[in-house]
Amino acid sequence: MSWFRRHPSIAGWLLLAPGILYLLVFYAYPTVQMFLVSLWTGSAASGYTLTWNFGIYASALNQYQDQIFRSIEFGGLATLFTFVLSFPLAYFIAFRGGRYKNILLFLVIAPFFTSFLLRTISWEIIFADNGIVLGPAKELGLVPPTFRLLATPVAVIAGITYNFLPFMTLPLYVALEKIPPSLLEAAQDLYAGTWQRFRRVTLPMALPGVFAGTLLTFIPAVGDFVNAELLGSPQSQMIGNVIENRFEKVSDYPTGAALSFILMAAILAAVFIYARLVGTEQLSGGGA
Amino acid sequence: MSTIDVRLVEVTKVFGQDVAVDHVNLEVLDGEFFSLLGPSGCGKTTTLRMIGGFEEPTSGLIELNGEDVTWLPPYRRNVNTVFQNYALFPHLTIFENVAFGLRRRKVKGAEIKARVAQMLQLVELRGFDQRKPGQISGGQAQRVALARALINRPAVLLLDEPLGALDLKLRKQMQLELKRIQQEVGITFIYVTHDQDEAMTMSDRIAVMNRGRYEQLGRPEELYERPTTRFVAGFLGVCNLLPGHVDGTADAYALVALDDSTKLRLPLAQVSGSTDVEVGVRPEKVRLLELTDDVPAGANVLRGRVKQTSYTGVSTLYVIERSNGQTFTVYEQNLERAAANSLWRPGEEVAMTWSPDDTFAVRGASTASTADAASGSPSVNETAAS
Repeated sequence: MSWFRRHPSIAGWLLLAPGILYLLVFYAYPTVQMFLVSLWTGSAASGYTLTWNFGIYASALNQYQDQIFRSIEFGGLATLFTFVLSFPLAYFIAFRGGRYKNILLFLVIAPFFTSFLLRTISWEIIFADNGIVLGPAKELGLVPPTFRLLATPVAVIAGITYNFLPFMTLPLYVALEKIPPSLLEAAQDLYAGTWQRFRRVTLPMALPGVFAGTLLTFIPAVGDFVNAELLGSPQSQMIGNVIENRFEKVSDYPTGAALSFILMAAILAAVFIYARLVGTEQLSGGGA
Repeated sequence: MSTIDVRLVEVTKVFGQDVAVDHVNLEVLDGEFFSLLGPSGCGKTTTLRMIGGFEEPTSGLIELNGEDVTWLPPYRRNVNTVFQNYALFPHLTIFENVAFGLRRRKVKGAEIKARVAQMLQLVELRGFDQRKPGQISGGQAQRVALARALINRPAVLLLDEPLGALDLKLRKQMQLELKRIQQEVGITFIYVTHDQDEAMTMSDRIAVMNRGRYEQLGRPEELYERPTTRFVAGFLGVCNLLPGHVDGTADAYALVALDDSTKLRLPLAQVSGSTDVEVGVRPEKVRLLELTDDVPAGANVLRGRVKQTSYTGVSTLYVIERSNGQTFTVYEQNLERAAANSLWRPGEEVAMTWSPDDTFAVRGASTASTADAASGSPSVNETAAS
């Protein structure tokens, strides 16, 4: 013990060591490896060699820019919809949940007890051309007989929204729940009506939760391929589908790897811009 | 000072099975420093929250400046609150915290700037405007909370144990400061506290609350010198109480016979019609004499034996036991006896004497309300004042 006390910095590093080791083995090394793969040339049949072919980034971007932009668009829209759905939900649980808080929170994560794949397939059934939604709607003449939901961007975005909802709800709940009721009373006391109280106190104080929730939703949503695969069509493919395709179906490893890095760069750029817009000072405002 | 600023008429608040506030009638005067004093759970905070608009009364009426505000939300009342834990907005600067109310009322930017500066000067926090609440001390946060409320020039300022989170020294200092600020701005303050020293130091009038009602309302010296219930007598400081019954009059005084038929005198107004009473006297009013000393004419006298002597610097605390086992607490200022090194010693027989005018009577223990008070009473007789 005394040795650690005399060398506190070494003790700190030792505590960090397992985490750093884990990151090195399971993140840093595969990332470097994948980067090298993206610079290979060759084919699955004849084998690959490392040729430092940076040109692949330009050609991959050129060839798949539609899917990249579509991914960001779908991911962004789904994030927006999860936010719109989650905020009132989290607000209700945090401020009106009372003794049912824990049950309500459990219900939010309850779908996770079923496999992601299974839940997405069940949306396929719900959206089916003559399924439980469109079937009766067509009978009643609310929509034309040829109307489809499945294999449209609407279905893909709806699926992503559904699947990532808890990732938005939980951070929002945590942020809202932390707001002391006395702050809301103070706002009212200082002439803020319901809207002003929300706008000036509740929302700014919930910003860290909004930030965490949007990142937790947006980042995986952009890279998602299951929803587009099961609920979409070839015309609504996302970049995740392309990457999966390159690796698993056509064994075009360099393009798949390059697209992975392009996606990562795009997400990093989007998050950076977002963080600047929301304002880092606002985010730390809740603390010291 | 004579117009009524806040009026509560038969205000009652029930939470489930609990009656938090029980048919309270109250009139607070314009410009007054008014305190609601009582132990936790006595209904003082609930009363304050109803005036602020944070709770709706179960029944009754609340008026501000003659206008019925019972059902108005907080943001439509010309009242501001200093919350117990300050409730400063952590995401806003001190400037924006103080300016919050003015901004909601759409006051112009230049005026906001001037008024915030003026307020920060009043609470002696100039130069703090760009800090965040997390970057200031508890005492400073307290001042910001005060400035944030006062800047709106409310008809009434409500303060909910605002000094509770501060240490003793800072609390004493802030008490004087609050009083100064209240006199400077001339706004009615309604102050909730469980600390009798705090209430007495600052208040013009105090309502001592117990179990959802106030037992007595008056100026601090009235409450201290002439409490009317056992609870009030005990809550405001140490007091000696002796049960007895009214037994005739002499001059302007009533005579009360104790259990051992010793008679004590007290002002007639103190007993007003009751027969069974408890006679009280504050420990510092009592003088100790040798049994052989002359007793001033007309003074109340009781004999006893010194049981305990505690020298506390300013005064000496004696516990005197009467022959029937009743104990008396007496504070004697450290004058001649302390200098002569002749404090009373345990075992010595003494005569306790005090003026009939310093004697008060509280309602007898047989009545319902004092039976209530007795169970919740924090400091009757032997408990030391804080």
